[in-house]
Amino acid sequence: MANEWPLWEVFIRGQHGMSHRHVGSLHAPDEKMAMNNARDVYTRRNEGVSIWVVQAKDITASDPSEKGPMYEPSESKVYRHPTFYDIPDEAGPM
Amino acid sequence: MYAQMVKSSGEGVKTAGEMDAQERAFQSRIDAGEKIEPKDWMPAAYRKTLIRQIGQHAHSEIVGQLPEGNWITRAPTLERKANLLAKVQDEAGHGLYLYCAAETLGVSRDELFDMLHTGKMKYSSIFNYPTLTWADMGAVGWLVDGAAIMNQVPLQRTSYGPYARAMVRICKEESFHQRQGFHIMMTMCNGSVAQKEMAQDALNRFWYPSLMMFGPSDKDSVHSAQSMAWKIKMDSNDDLRQRFVNATAPQAEFLGLTIPDDKLAFNEDTQQYDFSEPDWEEFYEVLKGNGPCNRDRLETRQRAWSDGEWVREGMMAHADKRRNANQTAA
Repeated sequence: MANEWPLWEVFIRGQHGMSHRHVGSLHAPDEKMAMNNARDVYTRRNEGVSIWVVQAKDITASDPSEKGPMYEPSESKVYRHPTFYDIPDEAGPM
Repeated sequence: MYAQMVKSSGEGVKTAGEMDAQERAFQSRIDAGEKIEPKDWMPAAYRKTLIRQIGQHAHSEIVGQLPEGNWITRAPTLERKANLLAKVQDEAGHGLYLYCAAETLGVSRDELFDMLHTGKMKYSSIFNYPTLTWADMGAVGWLVDGAAIMNQVPLQRTSYGPYARAMVRICKEESFHQRQGFHIMMTMCNGSVAQKEMAQDALNRFWYPSLMMFGPSDKDSVHSAQSMAWKIKMDSNDDLRQRFVNATAPQAEFLGLTIPDDKLAFNEDTQQYDFSEPDWEEFYEVLKGNGPCNRDRLETRQRAWSDGEWVREGMMAHADKRRNANQTAA
């Protein structure tokens, strides 16, 4: 509906050394309120040390129905994996 | 339970032969335990049923704040007040997790609110019962949250990714709710005679409405089979109800309270408790809107929504003004 507050996606770094991870979404009129709401909705029990909020409309996502062509280039290149290369045990740990 | 009597397509479960290729591929993903994500193809009826179920679940969390909010200002101690506030704040959070899961299916938040406020979508029948005494805060936490946990724990494995992830968060938080309720009951049962009587009275009033939370008996649940095939319902209503009674009966004994059911007894053959069914006539009446508090709950929600309109609009106007000012400055 016309007046609905925009949708924000929320990402939280759970602890130091970890990446931010998507935890859910919320509605808020602006980025400041989105941040306040994210704290109240998603970190009531010390779940995070850092929060990102991003407007959902600003996220570009891949299309699951095109996952075949999308990931084909990586599937066809077995030589990108270490097991592709046959090295005799005598060569030692590598 | 939190979602009772969710209608599915109403056409029964399709056999593999009746499905088209896309539906067959979808069902085999579910059978293989894969999660369905928002942008994946899904049958229209799966989407519709899930919107109903998650929406009803979210509404239950939001309306569920009202019977407990009733006692925040009258909690007996500052500590109990802080506990109850935290619990009610969690219920709001649970509602928000679930609304955002429902929105990934293409329904807007405002549409969901509108359907709640116009009575097109339901919330759990349990919240149409009044909370008359402080002991009701104990009974609600112990029984109502206990019943919710029975239903929600298996839903962590539900097929729809965003719903399953919301359930994981909710289950983590829910056990505090049940324990704080049981703690209130324990305290009252170890208190004066009058306090113990008050706890017994709360149990008497909340026992059967809690059993109703799981929905009608399996033989009368027309929509269960399809939902179970889709893994958006993991256990049958009767199985969950039995599990709840098995867990709760010994707890009542521990408290020294009597469950208001003459037939309640441990059955050595089945290793389960036998118990009486709730009054299903009453259940259908409450669903129809004729419970003790239906009108009051809905009016409170409608009023909160319309009274908040100027705040929502004002904050939007402020955000727009700030954005425009920034653009002019740049």
